[in-house]
Amino acid sequence: MHKGRDIAITVAIFCVSVLLGELIVRALEVPTYILPAPSKVAIALWRGFASGLYQKHLLHTLVETLLGFLLGSALGFSLGAAVALNRYVEYFFYPYIVMFQSVPKVALAPLIVVWFGLGLKSQVVNVALVACFPLIVNTIAGLKSADEDRINLMRSLAASRSQIFWMLKLPTALPFVMAGLEVSMIFALIGAIVAEFVGSSAGLGMLIQSMNFNMDVAGQFSVLLILSILGLLLNRCILLIRRRILFWDTSEKQQPERERVII
Amino acid sequence: MALTLDQIRGQISLTEDEPRSVTMDAISVRDLSKGYPSRDGCVKALQEISFRVKEGEFVAVVGPSGCGKSTLLKILAGLLLPSKGEACLRGTPINGPRRDIGVVFQSPVLLSWRTVLQNVLLPVDVQRLAGDSYRRAALELLTLVGLQEFAHRYPWELSGGMQQRVAITRALIHDPAMLLMDEPFGALDAMTREQMNLQLQHIWLERKKTVLFITHSIPEAVFLADRVLVMTPRPGRITDAVAVDIPRPRRLEAMNLPEFCATVSSIRAQFHAKGALDA
Repeated sequence: MHKGRDIAITVAIFCVSVLLGELIVRALEVPTYILPAPSKVAIALWRGFASGLYQKHLLHTLVETLLGFLLGSALGFSLGAAVALNRYVEYFFYPYIVMFQSVPKVALAPLIVVWFGLGLKSQVVNVALVACFPLIVNTIAGLKSADEDRINLMRSLAASRSQIFWMLKLPTALPFVMAGLEVSMIFALIGAIVAEFVGSSAGLGMLIQSMNFNMDVAGQFSVLLILSILGLLLNRCILLIRRRILFWDTSEKQQPERERVII
Repeated sequence: MALTLDQIRGQISLTEDEPRSVTMDAISVRDLSKGYPSRDGCVKALQEISFRVKEGEFVAVVGPSGCGKSTLLKILAGLLLPSKGEACLRGTPINGPRRDIGVVFQSPVLLSWRTVLQNVLLPVDVQRLAGDSYRRAALELLTLVGLQEFAHRYPWELSGGMQQRVAITRALIHDPAMLLMDEPFGALDAMTREQMNLQLQHIWLERKKTVLFITHSIPEAVFLADRVLVMTPRPGRITDAVAVDIPRPRRLEAMNLPEFCATVSSIRAQFHAKGALDA
């Protein structure tokens, strides 16, 4: 009952604000190339999907985001694990990672286009580069967070280093890794759009740019809408996986409240 | 003030000189010293400690905090190496973690992603011991400590006392030669603690393990142990060994017996005499 009422209010607020936007834009006669009315955005959205144009570009962006995300996370996790588990790697290589981290990765996008061309490869590399850093930092923090008592327990059982890693350090690091993946996913989408801005033959970012050249502002808004929904869905996926894997994490128990708000 | 080493040895051997069968000592510790480097030289955590624990004996080590009890336990668990001297388990020196020792720490240290049963089976997994028999043994042990219904729950669903019982069960699952307990009930409230003492006695009578139990509670030590080793700090050394002759199974009411009170106050008096409790 309570829930039904909440949903009704949410829908009502949405409808009223869309309607209000429509009225304001029409009443003030704002030109479409400055701020399109919600109805114009809706029409652009419908046309885009009806012609199959949006699906094609959406798929391209989705594929490069996911591929880059997987590659970047794998890379980030491996590098983080290497630093956390090996003193020498930490001493000799971590400074370079820190240094590289402070470079805004999107600034490398033009270079990557030079190296890898305008195709999918170049965008995937760019996404991977952007997505890998949150995971490096979180993996290092996570793998180092196993507490002394638990390590002593494992040692007292004569556990080997690899057993301590698999049975203790890795599960302890998982909450950190999952938090890192959440950030990486958001970064991945940003990386994908930036890569498409810089040079691409397909994708939602490229679409926004070409619409911008054609003064198709309603179209741009419609693509932005798709992007925000895409970002939300990707984030939800990570949260779902996270809750499935980290059912034992007691701090996780306090989160359902927050997550319900997102739906 | 401080006793000379020979006096200490004399005292300890006095209590140990009773006719003993030829069985090997479960634990024998000889001239064990451990120092930690610090800013002003070397801090002696343990100085030339010697004692023996017989097979199946329950020995408590009691002392104020900072007397080196935990260092002693870590050496026996193979987590630390002594600076000097030697500790042996069933005749072989302890130079590192060993699979025939079960340790119960101050906190339960359960892994939150494993169920109670999986936590109990952790030593079995680590030591790659095969099989169903351990699963059955684990369920049996859980029944012994009254947790059979919680086998498939997760640690966070259990109270502190229950968690510590799981930890004890885990220390027993691989059937170790010796159980080392480092103030296992220190974090529990007084009433739960008494219940845990009864439970531990029950387990011990049932399984007849050699136990070395470290605590800072004199009544707890006297209630549980066959023999209480008295440890004083700076430097950590064992200054006395007191035999407790109260018949088992002991009930909580045993704490009111005159011999119980006499033993407790004689141990307390030793700490006072050595100024060990002065801050």
